[in-house]
Amino acid sequence: MASASAFPAGLRLPAHKSEALAPAIAIAPAPSQAIVSLDQGSGRAALPCVEAGERVRVGTAIGIDPETRNRVLHAPVAGVIRAVEPRVSATGTGHGLCVVIDNDGTGDRDPALEPIDDAERMPAPQWIECLANSGVVGLGGAAFPTAVKLAAALAREATHLVLNGAECEPWICCDDALMRARAPRILLGARLLLRASGAGHCTIAVEDDKPEAIAALKAAFSSQPDERITIRAVPAVYPAGAERQLLTTITGIEVPSGSVPSQSGLLCQNVGTAAAVADFAVTGEPCIRRIVTINGSGVVRPGNLDALIGTPIAELMAHCGGYRGTPERLIAGGPLTGRALPDDGIGLTKAMNCLVAASTLDLAPRGAEMPCIRCGNCANVCPAGLLPQQLQRSAQAGELEQAGAWGLLDCIECACCDYVCPSRIPLTQRFCEAKSALAAREERLRRAGDARWRFERHQARLQADAEAERRAFDEARRRARNDGAS
Amino acid sequence: MTLVSTLPGLLTLAALAAGLGGLLGWSAARGPRDSGSVAERIDALLPQTQCGRCTYARCKPYAQAIAAGEADINRCPPGGELTIRALADLLGRDPQPLAPEVGPAQPPQVAWIDEARCIGCARCIPACPVDAIVGAQKFTHTVIAAHCTGCELCLPPCPVDCIELRVVEAVDERLHRAA
Repeated sequence: MASASAFPAGLRLPAHKSEALAPAIAIAPAPSQAIVSLDQGSGRAALPCVEAGERVRVGTAIGIDPETRNRVLHAPVAGVIRAVEPRVSATGTGHGLCVVIDNDGTGDRDPALEPIDDAERMPAPQWIECLANSGVVGLGGAAFPTAVKLAAALAREATHLVLNGAECEPWICCDDALMRARAPRILLGARLLLRASGAGHCTIAVEDDKPEAIAALKAAFSSQPDERITIRAVPAVYPAGAERQLLTTITGIEVPSGSVPSQSGLLCQNVGTAAAVADFAVTGEPCIRRIVTINGSGVVRPGNLDALIGTPIAELMAHCGGYRGTPERLIAGGPLTGRALPDDGIGLTKAMNCLVAASTLDLAPRGAEMPCIRCGNCANVCPAGLLPQQLQRSAQAGELEQAGAWGLLDCIECACCDYVCPSRIPLTQRFCEAKSALAAREERLRRAGDARWRFERHQARLQADAEAERRAFDEARRRARNDGAS
Repeated sequence: MTLVSTLPGLLTLAALAAGLGGLLGWSAARGPRDSGSVAERIDALLPQTQCGRCTYARCKPYAQAIAAGEADINRCPPGGELTIRALADLLGRDPQPLAPEVGPAQPPQVAWIDEARCIGCARCIPACPVDAIVGAQKFTHTVIAAHCTGCELCLPPCPVDCIELRVVEAVDERLHRAA
């Protein structure tokens, strides 16, 4: 039943997942102090809507979206807000505003939280409106607001929902654990997402190296069949689970460069997101927890934890038996797309699907960067069909336009090119930097264009005002003369 | 080898060179030469602060002066090094440091009105080249930060000095390098 992957190239990598998958998902204890970053990993920080000293309950909104004013961030524990202050964070700059809550241990739930029983019968816009205030975001790692994606899919009449359970990156296995343990919730989530997006059918895509997950989904499916939903195995090739690549594998449609899947009538959601949507409908509790894989040879008992957002990473590690020796590096996300964390006092965010405590065993010495020898290995493995060596030349020379012409913005930052580069060039890092430089330049040009337009309107208005004044003056003088003559 | 034996070759080459050179010159003379669009392309690279610190009234006159060869490309403090480099690229010139007489490079900034001190005189409102100040006489004023270019032109008209400029954010060094 597995078809060949439709996207070019990719890599077959050792999975490193079995050890963390052996134990069942453990519930991590609530932290004594939750540190909730206002930027949960999407790059768009929420505005705090609470102040230090205020008391919050579990599920009370603590952050709102700066534009839509939706409640997007909620208190994971009950207690008093200790501070809203910058802390070391997992975001780009290394510092970000966090809401710090002292847990009072009561676990008081916000009384306003109520299950949404009729979600499956609710009109789609109304159901999306509910989700917009639930704090549910893409739990696959991008933390993009689910309601925004659903609204776009609904508006563009998307027909096909793909639930992403591919989870192709080594070390990460939170989705696998979730599919094995909570398959019925995922199926409920699939139905709820179909309701919200208006799509007619749903494919749950799972990599073919996860037979247990597929079996669990099939068992849940046979007890609650739904002709709109199919379960499909996809080849285990990294990055099979990247959104565009997965959509191509499943539907055969290549989402064009510069457009989003909903423009092609497609919608992709992570299986974890589907489960979070179902949890929200069943319990009424907003998104304040997620499953996170704790892995790497620097931790004593690798496993998957169901943990509250804001739990300090050190506490999660302690729950897994603590560190083995001193880990060389702490990584949020997988070894290819993850980023190194500066500190383990950072609170868990919705974007963190995996935390790797890497010891020296896991980290191959990188060695010094050497010049590109144009071997073409990178182009052979690029799943987006780009030419990384050309991109690298342009990015290195600061020729951003040229890099854009080579498809810089289509790079999905999967790091396949880094992995195969014999000269050990940190290609993905270069591309990320070039992307942000390009975005910054575009923003400057946009602002300049806006200012020019406003200035021209200002000038035109001043001129029109002066003209009107002169005409009024002339008119008054003419009338005065006529009066004098008569 | 004698001169006589190489002469036909030399003559052929000379004739070719002359012919092709003439063709090039003719096509260059007939090709599109629109200096108006050069000024527009220069204007597109200027930050549109409209501050007049280049000593020209606004961004556009400065762009026209550069296009006409009357002004150098290093007179825009808000644009700083980035703008100089972009202009140098466009015009095929060497980048150069900011001219000392126009002052140091200006990091992105926005005006901010201390509303407690504002007396609502409305004098700053017409001074703003991009209409980024909201207010009316005897009502407190405020700046729409998203539209403010940080040109500082609202400072002189204010009789109570209640407007200050705040630097937007420390721009990432890396972005400067790569852009």
